[in-house]
Amino acid sequence: MSAELTAVLGVGQTKYSSTRGDVSIAGLCREAAYRALEDAQLDWKEIDAVVIGKAPDFFEGVMMPELYLAEALGAVGKPILRVHTAGSVGGSTALVAASLIQSRVHEKVLTIGFEKQSESNATWALSLPQPFSVSINAGAGGYFSPIIRQYMSRSGAPELIGCMVAFKDRQHALKNPYAHLHQNDLTFEEVVESPMLWNPIRYSETCPSSDGACAMVLGNEVSGDRAENPVAWVHGTAMRSESNNFPGRDEVNPLASRQCAADVFKQAGITNPLKEIDAVEIYVPFSWYEPMWLESLGFAELDHGWRMVEDGTTSLSGGELPVNCSGGVLSSNPIGASGMIRFAEAALQVRGMAGDHQVDGAKKSFGHAYGGGAQYFAMWIVGAEKP
Amino acid sequence: MTDPNLSPASLSEEIEIPESISGLEPVRSVRSPIKLIYDFVPSPPVQEYLRSYSKKKILGHRSPIDGAVFVPPRGVDPRHGALIEESVELSDKGHVGNFCVTNLPIPGRDDLDIPYVSAWIHLDGANVGFLGLVAGCENDEVHIGMRVQAVWKKEEELGNTAENILYWEPTGEPSVPVEKAGNRAWDQRNE
Repeated sequence: MSAELTAVLGVGQTKYSSTRGDVSIAGLCREAAYRALEDAQLDWKEIDAVVIGKAPDFFEGVMMPELYLAEALGAVGKPILRVHTAGSVGGSTALVAASLIQSRVHEKVLTIGFEKQSESNATWALSLPQPFSVSINAGAGGYFSPIIRQYMSRSGAPELIGCMVAFKDRQHALKNPYAHLHQNDLTFEEVVESPMLWNPIRYSETCPSSDGACAMVLGNEVSGDRAENPVAWVHGTAMRSESNNFPGRDEVNPLASRQCAADVFKQAGITNPLKEIDAVEIYVPFSWYEPMWLESLGFAELDHGWRMVEDGTTSLSGGELPVNCSGGVLSSNPIGASGMIRFAEAALQVRGMAGDHQVDGAKKSFGHAYGGGAQYFAMWIVGAEKP
Repeated sequence: MTDPNLSPASLSEEIEIPESISGLEPVRSVRSPIKLIYDFVPSPPVQEYLRSYSKKKILGHRSPIDGAVFVPPRGVDPRHGALIEESVELSDKGHVGNFCVTNLPIPGRDDLDIPYVSAWIHLDGANVGFLGLVAGCENDEVHIGMRVQAVWKKEEELGNTAENILYWEPTGEPSVPVEKAGNRAWDQRNE
């Protein structure tokens, strides 16, 4: 028996900002969920189950928040499921929700990812001392900087490619009212002159700390057919993971990433991603990860991803493969939601509902998230038409 | 598209505040640092590893499947799901597989002046790297493939901890070529 066709019926986001002091975590999540239901034109009582994801509990210090959030998310008396996959969690959460539809366990599922970074300290939560090693790693930037250095060395990319990605994504963010960073007067020179935090990563090449939540309502084929607003049909879903340290591990282009991409493209019947995908939302918390993932995912040849940045291929302004039209993680990073935002933005593109950052006529789009030491991967492909 | 700055209508209903507290300033946030102290009981291989540090020795574990040496030793080869029982003593020399020049202070490490260099140290005889501090040279002299060796604490200060190694300093030996540094050495061994 084949899998049930699955559709994105609704998307809801909060305005991402450094501090949403006016709402609790529950209020934040409910706001995104409410908007997703509004978009799907459904009521709370029509939802069969809730699937929720966020970054590790010690970020905000609220243990198992899904339990206290059940009421805010209309999940009392319904199944609620929590997903844990570090930074990729927003993507994995959406895929778990989709699997509940694909397997015909449920007909309509609400899925949500959130983070309230203003009530947390992510950099130091990621630098916990371990008794068997020395404590010198300063947050995610400290971990990814050597990998970026290796990519620069291997590919021979010009030094300012990362700055070009950062500048492009901040320009894209100006077209997205939900984006956290709206830097109207930012110049490329300011990006370049920004201080080095984790050489070779500048402050301007890192993601912000954001509060926010993103929700989607997923439904089966009948729900998709009945929806009044356009829906996005799921064409492929894949997850992979690998250990973060083993002999011969390619940290720049992890095996799990390559295998995950190969699987999701095969499911969607796509043989030439660059030609067949119209819009891409990939998880880029540090600017250099755009060319690195373009190569790993097969949108670019090995060691050539940076050329697509340099020649404007990934820009919304006329590029062949617009990447992160929403402004991406570099413009909004509520960690637990960031992966789901990629998946939701991919859906908005093929629904034709992305507003000012819409890619004209987008028919197929790609959503991506990664987490841990670039070791957990979640990807989906959505289309305007049924697969 | 709805205005993202407006709360959904159903969420912004007027709330009646009891008269007894209506004049008070609302509490918007409370900052309460938390601390969790716990005892760490290492697995037998990690206990052996930490104890050996007090004798200025670094232990690794050799996989029975293909001879790959892991450090720290964990008792298993995660690639094959195989138990490892063979310990090997590793050199306190190796090379920089990769590194980061960090400009952020780390809580609890007031002794570290910024910027400092954290590096993946690939010991001679090991097939994975581990993190270490590189010092004893200018930061801009550090490069992928640079040969380094451990600088240990004084004998009387040695304990059962990886912190016995203060930092890694350049040996002055010729560097490992970039294409053979770090994890890439393993691939080439099998070619």
